[in-house]
Amino acid sequence: MTDLAVIGAGPAGLAAAARAAEGGLDVLLLDENPAPGGQVWRGMAEASRAQLSTMAPDHARARAAVARLRSTSARYRPGATVWQLAASARGIELGHTAAGAVHLTEIPHVIVATGAQERPFPIPGWTLPGVLTAGGAQTLLKSSGLVARDAVLAGTGPLLYLLAVQLISAGAPPKAILDTASTAARRRALRHLPAAILSPAPLLKGLAWRRQIRGAGVPHIEAVTSLAIEGETEATAIHWRTEAGETGHLEASHILLHQGVVPSTNLTMAAGLDHEWDDAQLAWRPRTDRWGRTSHPAIHVAGDGAGIEGWEAAEARGEIAALDALQAAGHLTESARDRAAEGPMRTRRTATRLRPFLDALYRPATQFLVPEAPATIVCRCEEITAGELAPLIATGLRGPNQLKSFSRAGMGACQGRFCGLTVQAMISAATGQSAVETGYYRLRPPVKPVPLGAFADMTVEEPADAG
Amino acid sequence: MWQRLESSDAPRLTLTFEGRQIEARQGDSIAAALLAAGIENFRTTPRRGSPRGPLCLMGACFDCLVIVDGMPNRQACLVPAADGMEIARQDGMGSPLAQAAE
Repeated sequence: MTDLAVIGAGPAGLAAAARAAEGGLDVLLLDENPAPGGQVWRGMAEASRAQLSTMAPDHARARAAVARLRSTSARYRPGATVWQLAASARGIELGHTAAGAVHLTEIPHVIVATGAQERPFPIPGWTLPGVLTAGGAQTLLKSSGLVARDAVLAGTGPLLYLLAVQLISAGAPPKAILDTASTAARRRALRHLPAAILSPAPLLKGLAWRRQIRGAGVPHIEAVTSLAIEGETEATAIHWRTEAGETGHLEASHILLHQGVVPSTNLTMAAGLDHEWDDAQLAWRPRTDRWGRTSHPAIHVAGDGAGIEGWEAAEARGEIAALDALQAAGHLTESARDRAAEGPMRTRRTATRLRPFLDALYRPATQFLVPEAPATIVCRCEEITAGELAPLIATGLRGPNQLKSFSRAGMGACQGRFCGLTVQAMISAATGQSAVETGYYRLRPPVKPVPLGAFADMTVEEPADAG
Repeated sequence: MWQRLESSDAPRLTLTFEGRQIEARQGDSIAAALLAAGIENFRTTPRRGSPRGPLCLMGACFDCLVIVDGMPNRQACLVPAADGMEIARQDGMGSPLAQAAE
């Protein structure tokens, strides 16, 4: 019988599953991808030597984490999509689909490690084929060794520069980087620099990236305040304007967008857990204590899904959540848990010293959160534009759920993942409400579409000795 | 154009898109296989019939939906490519049946 389900096999989920299994729990690790590693370590367990050379140097850590998991009794189920997480009388009800079969299981404890997704980047033309997120392009590089030649990178955030460096290493330097970090954000970030300098390694890595980009002769256009992608059936060009009022355009068939990552909260919100707004990261996250415990005592969230801190902290947070789950299950005393958590807690503290600096430096500018051009598509699934939403907001709709019923924005297959934050920001900007006053879409299971036919053959797994 | 970084020794697979044969590598998602073959336009939207291709490649955006062996609404970025797979562009909802379910 399963004692603990871990959802997600990235750095946090791998560490949580391994630690909990080492401590004596029967662990089931569910992951949507065909191989372990999550997004940041995607493909690293199987990558060839040539592929590894273009990847971040943390691949050794990725391989060690996967090897550790495989040395435990934890059962790892790839290709498993979790669509339901709900409190029940006997624990947590977990619904997932794997290999075409639907499973509904009662499990005493769950650690959610579903990580992050890229923030919506609503600009004109962002729905055209050929426009991908920078993370998407990185996925193609890591898992299939694919690179886009002459791509234009636009936006802000560490991932954008990392991708630029990876493309340069792969012999396919980007045509240009259109950098949307504002002068004001740079100034505000300086305040956090003294704390960041205490952990200089990531800062130096960032500076090395910038040198590499300059050294490769990639045009780096800074303080970009406006972007628009052109094309009929595919992207053909991108236009921009800078703070200084300079305009320009480049022909490009591949445009890779990025303005940071935000916690993937669809599952935790649909589970009814308490969430809070993080104003430094401009995102929602489930409310957790230092162990990762949520408002439900049998659900923990570990890693970037509980607030963006990066993969090193995520690994530590997976370890910490597993220790707390072991204590809750009676496998560890409180003092043994506390002692074992000292190392990972320290790792997490060190790994997050740079975070306030990064959050301030790469904070997306308002005009890329609240679309300026009326023709910009906000809800990609239902093709609802900013110009269609604005008059509805002006009539006095004060929340994303009201707006959803009047416009269908957020009702498509992605369930608001790529419009929720935009809709919320538009309402807040128009009404003067805070993010918390405006709120977010009310989400309900299933959080991913489940083929109706699959329910006919559903397996309901009862706990062996319930009660 | 998406290009392969290296001549990989991963086993080759053959699948079809709209009846046209394309080659993929073991380990490719359907999305990677199509992009590598120069196919960017995976589907059209139900409301306006606009062309779409993959955006996030991690299962979150649902923009890469294709018909795989007759089954609509498959996320091309999450389904591994397999030998002999028949992929079709998804127009609108994909099928009258899917429309009824909606």
